Amino acid sequence: MYTQTEIIKDTTQLNSNGNEGELVINVGPQHPATHGVLHLVITLNGETIKKIEPHLGYIHRSIEKMCESLTYRQFIYVTSRMDYLSAHINNLACALCVEKGMQIEVPERAQVIRILMSELTRIASHELWVGAMAMDLGAFTPFFYTFREREVINDIMEQTCGARLTMNYMVPGGTMYDLHPDFQNRVKAFIIQFTSKVTELEDLIANNIIFQNRTKGVGVLSAEDAISYGCTGPVARGSGVSCDIRKIQPYSGYEKVSFEEVLEPAGDSYARYLIRIREMYQSISIIEQLIDNIPEGDFQAKTKAVLKLPKGEFYTRVETARGELGVYIVSEGGTTPYRIKFRSPGFSNLSALNHMVKGSKIGDLMATMGTLDLVIPDIDR
Amino acid sequence: MQNEEIKEYIISQEPEAKFDETGEWLNVIINPLSWRLLAEKLKHADLQLDYLFCLTCIDWKTHLTMVYHLTSTKYRHSIVIKTDINRTAPQIETVSDIWRTAEFHEREVFELFGVEFLHHPDLRKLILTDDFEGYPLRKDFEDPINMIKL
Amino acid sequence: MFSLAHITQIIHDWLYSSFDPTLALIIECAIVILVAIGIFAVLGLVLVLMERKVAAHIQIRLGPNRVGPGGMFQTVADTLKLIMKEGLTPDLADKFLFNLAPFLVMIVAMLLLAPIAFAKGVQIWDINIGVLYISAVSSLSVIGILMAGWASNNKYSLLGAMRSGAQIVSYELSAGFSILTIVVLTGSLRLSDIIASQENGWWIFKGHIPVIIAFILFIIAATAETNRAPFDLAEAESELTAGFHTEYSGMRFALFFLAEYINIFIVCAIGATLFLGGWMPLHIGGWEGFNHLMDYIPSSFWFIGKTFFLIFLIMWFRWTFPRLRVDQLLNLEWKYLLPISLINLLLVTVIAIMGWYF
Repeated sequence: MYTQTEIIKDTTQLNSNGNEGELVINVGPQHPATHGVLHLVITLNGETIKKIEPHLGYIHRSIEKMCESLTYRQFIYVTSRMDYLSAHINNLACALCVEKGMQIEVPERAQVIRILMSELTRIASHELWVGAMAMDLGAFTPFFYTFREREVINDIMEQTCGARLTMNYMVPGGTMYDLHPDFQNRVKAFIIQFTSKVTELEDLIANNIIFQNRTKGVGVLSAEDAISYGCTGPVARGSGVSCDIRKIQPYSGYEKVSFEEVLEPAGDSYARYLIRIREMYQSISIIEQLIDNIPEGDFQAKTKAVLKLPKGEFYTRVETARGELGVYIVSEGGTTPYRIKFRSPGFSNLSALNHMVKGSKIGDLMATMGTLDLVIPDIDR
Repeated sequence: MQNEEIKEYIISQEPEAKFDETGEWLNVIINPLSWRLLAEKLKHADLQLDYLFCLTCIDWKTHLTMVYHLTSTKYRHSIVIKTDINRTAPQIETVSDIWRTAEFHEREVFELFGVEFLHHPDLRKLILTDDFEGYPLRKDFEDPINMIKL
Repeated sequence: MFSLAHITQIIHDWLYSSFDPTLALIIECAIVILVAIGIFAVLGLVLVLMERKVAAHIQIRLGPNRVGPGGMFQTVADTLKLIMKEGLTPDLADKFLFNLAPFLVMIVAMLLLAPIAFAKGVQIWDINIGVLYISAVSSLSVIGILMAGWASNNKYSLLGAMRSGAQIVSYELSAGFSILTIVVLTGSLRLSDIIASQENGWWIFKGHIPVIIAFILFIIAATAETNRAPFDLAEAESELTAGFHTEYSGMRFALFFLAEYINIFIVCAIGATLFLGGWMPLHIGGWEGFNHLMDYIPSSFWFIGKTFFLIFLIMWFRWTFPRLRVDQLLNLEWKYLLPISLINLLLVTVIAIMGWYF
């Protein structure tokens, strides 16, 4: 992006005049704090950030174009590769959209399994986030503690779905297989383990004065800005914006379970941290409500071998671990979508980054970018 | 707010608007030239449609359709705005200063569909390389090297 | 009773009886240089392994466990790898300074080994201004870091070096003041005198609360001066990739890496000497029998034990705390630590004048 002479020019400018000199540094595409191939061009004045420009596309695979030539059964598998940390929920969004178009009634059992899997995914994703966030702030150890719990979820997923990361478990009409007979016991064991260990994180991270100083009042996003930038998920809820799709537009039987939408008014990085920790407790409570009440019956509705959506437009919104995922299918009545659009949460959340960190220090950039929970394949699609 | 009230309000602002209620939400089909003025009213006036949750474009081979999904975080009603634009030299006014999320979404549409957003503050390629030619999400885009079609 | 002092004395006597004094001095110098380099290398290997094992233990994993029994030779293998790696010099870097910087940092670390008393009578150079010498020389390492950051022609390195400069210059103050408290109590700058003054109890026990405060301040300042987490802003992995040594590879990187660990050893050794009595066994004034019992443990064991305890403490910090932000780091020093250490020094002076210590 920048030639070498430009680099030299920048460096000398900084030396000759501290006020006018702007130091342009490239954070990424390979950088420990960007968790993927995000490329930020940062304009600095000393340690203070003047501007941040994201450069995307290093792993843009044009999933939307690919989906135009895949059938309604096939395209779901591609979406696991978008937000790989909430692969289940991505699959669910697509399955729901196809079901909406074809008006397929999903059996109760499948709906409950879907919620269980979604919430397990959410916990796993938030666990990973807590660890990665702490690592962004320079504390390495919490990463290993959170991965210990995440590993258990991955094992549970592996047992039922046959995969640990890109599960491809949701299909139009239900789920691909039935639950593993051991599923309930293992989830219950996990709940016991999780609730006893999550306090460790509180002690290690949230009660640490350095962590609090690093995150309180950092990267503040007001409620109006959160809405205007289209932020969703824990980022918007950390600013006090109620935006949980599970409450606003319940899908897949979320209206039947009781849980709270966690809101924090402060809008800083610490609020976003608290939101995610509390959401994990909410997810655990949802799982506890359902794990002993999985209805008997089919795990999949009877569907035709070849799915054809009627002519029209279908939009589903689901709440992934990062925020609102929208799937917009435009159908011409064929076996493949005419146009498909994924409204990914990370893309909108990233657009608020410049606004949030302008004028703060480089360290704050990491503390803010960490709390946005960016998954780059989700942004690039 | 009910669809009828929304319709009434939009008709009062934009008499040429057409409506389509077959989908999940109320679809409003408008003229691209009147979009900018209507957008400002939609956000600030009675409807309070303050959240643009999806902005995209569809290539119909004869024309392009811009699709804006709007919702209100206060009243929880949603509408879809659609407007057809010319395919050879597509142009539409930006709404990135009304809903700031549109800034990135419009840049994405700009490079993948070639729609020029007038008065956009920073209309550059976001995902593709600067020297990339063609608009990948248009239906006639063919890439012989990285084939996407099966 | 086994003592290293006898061995050094025997070697010294033998050299001076067999050769003329000039030659004996030269031979002694050569031996000392070899020993210093040996200590440098061995300490580097041991401390890196220790760091990894401590980290692994804290992070519920095993750590290196393949090379040698329990992974003991892992760092040896790593060093071999680093020696064989190509040492890249970036284009447009200031080649001379770029190559000089790691050596400067290492030389400073080795110079600091000189006044440290490893055991009773085992000290390379018992200089009469030992404490002053340590404060003066240790602040030179910042020049090496600034040099590395500037010469690399990399913006990350430059930012890291600037941070490191600001940090070391600031924390030098509270480190200096906390060292001064002991100097005030002892009345001598010579390290052997300071150790001898702790014969009837270590200063941390004798000196009441002000010395404990000084000890805590010293540990904080030492962590900051060695650029260790939570003060590792000069490296700040998640912000500046590797800070001032981003562009270094191969053996030049290894020198920085080793120097970091030697510096940790040195500050911990100084902390152990000043506050925990150096090689002096745990003595309690008046308890003759107990003191004799403690004397049976060799003095080198006492020194190594205390030093490694402090090193463990600093490693524990690193694997527990998140990193501070650069302005918070400077606030902490100038707004809190410096005033506290000034007042603390005043208190200690009062104690020393009134003779209130044990």
